[in-house]
Amino acid sequence: MSLKGAAYIAGAWEHPTRKAPDKSIALLHAECAKGALEDAGLTKDDIDGYFCAGDAPGGLGPLSMVDYMNLKCRHVDSTDVGGSSYQVAVGHAMEAIAAGRCNVALITLSGRPRSEGQATGTAPRPGNPAAPEMQFEYPYGPATANLYGMAAARHMYEYGTTSEQLAWIKVAASHHAQHNPHAMLRDVVTVEDVVNSPMVSTPLHRLDCCVISDGGGALILTKPEIAKSLKRPLVKVIGVGESPKHQMGGNIDLTYTAARWSGPPAWEMAGIKPSDIKYASIYDSFTITVLMQLEDLGFCEKGQGGKFVADGNLISGVGKLPFNTDGGGLCSNHPANRGGITKIIEAVRQLRGEAHPAVQVPNCDLAIAHGTGGAIGTRHCGSTVILERE
Amino acid sequence: MAYVARKIPFVGTPDTNPETKPYFEGAGAGKLMIRRCTSCKKVHHYPRQLCPFCFNDCAWEEASGKGTIYTLSVMERANPPYAIGYVTLAEGPSMLTNFVDCELGALKIGQDVKVTFVKTEGDGPSLPFFTPV
Repeated sequence: MSLKGAAYIAGAWEHPTRKAPDKSIALLHAECAKGALEDAGLTKDDIDGYFCAGDAPGGLGPLSMVDYMNLKCRHVDSTDVGGSSYQVAVGHAMEAIAAGRCNVALITLSGRPRSEGQATGTAPRPGNPAAPEMQFEYPYGPATANLYGMAAARHMYEYGTTSEQLAWIKVAASHHAQHNPHAMLRDVVTVEDVVNSPMVSTPLHRLDCCVISDGGGALILTKPEIAKSLKRPLVKVIGVGESPKHQMGGNIDLTYTAARWSGPPAWEMAGIKPSDIKYASIYDSFTITVLMQLEDLGFCEKGQGGKFVADGNLISGVGKLPFNTDGGGLCSNHPANRGGITKIIEAVRQLRGEAHPAVQVPNCDLAIAHGTGGAIGTRHCGSTVILERE
Repeated sequence: MAYVARKIPFVGTPDTNPETKPYFEGAGAGKLMIRRCTSCKKVHHYPRQLCPFCFNDCAWEEASGKGTIYTLSVMERANPPYAIGYVTLAEGPSMLTNFVDCELGALKIGQDVKVTFVKTEGDGPSLPFFTPV
């Protein structure tokens, strides 16, 4: 049985804060939940399913947050695959709704790495030494930026991708961010600005990297009967896919991402192809992340991502594939170091016609929101959500 | 950009995971130890008891220590900067490592490298690193 259309995104809300030193992480989650419920026109008591990931405080999956928010749930899920967890949660919520395990699903993400002074991309974070890879990786200084830098270096080596081509991705994001009053970086930048910004980890410059921000977001998914009883535009989930990619026993190939595997089942469920997509939210921890995912999702041939993103092709109103029209992680925010949920929220805005008028895609009826969580240099998950305005 | 030695951190001890203790004992004796499956004969990394290709038992063997650079990234923001990368070993698998005792800016994908050993900080074990041939 296909799950296509088994759930709708009835509520979507992004926290406007980018720095929240005076708020607890639990409060940020709850404020996002409240915002998404108000957006949907539902109340707290309507929630019977809760979905979160590793950013939820407490340590036992959803337990602390369902307690804090005093939710009465009959279904919970805390699958944690980093920044891609929220696309995964959309798929899992749709499955739970289709199976009758819940009717109204809440998904939340929140965090405040900026207030906590975290050097997200440049300082290796030690983990549990019992993680089987830890003692074979941590001594070598795997910070986020150099794990993505290794993928970028190999992509350049195999396909001739250039720093200038990668820079176009930031340029496009900055053109969109100038219209987002909440974005951290609102100045329009040029290719020269990006390639002349300080090197972080070769070949990635400072402006190839996303911002570090506080904040969060929430989504409400529900079954078709409830969605159609509400007053919001109907945004239907028509395709989902998820897949992890890892080191495969040492058979390393950093030229592609897990989107190569999470995309096809989503396209098949949706019954559409990449050229049908009017708007794309693409996870943008770094410029290289966007380029590789566009290739792997089928928007262009493998190795041609550099040419595809160049010359403003991702700028709304200019290019063929408007992407991340809120400014994305590269310019607007990356709450909890996890950008998955904000990708879905901007896709919902586009499908509802509620994006900023300067970046709104005309007649936007089909959108994709793709997430990547973890590090493409070692282990990560790809998760794909395809949405349709009904 | 000249190589400057940095303190190499280690979490836990070689005893944390009994499965991989011989790897660190080998490194302490100047040997890069790898695991080869007794059934499918494939070599993998990082080392596991059960073969990640067929789930049969593996045996330790000493690698040649030769390989080529698959990819690398020089973390220029760090002080001192360091070069992380994957080396594809002559025996097959690629392993995460750092490149030492070399001009970091001159490192190239496809370059031949050989293993060398560096002691981690405190009471930590020695670990394999790579340097240009």
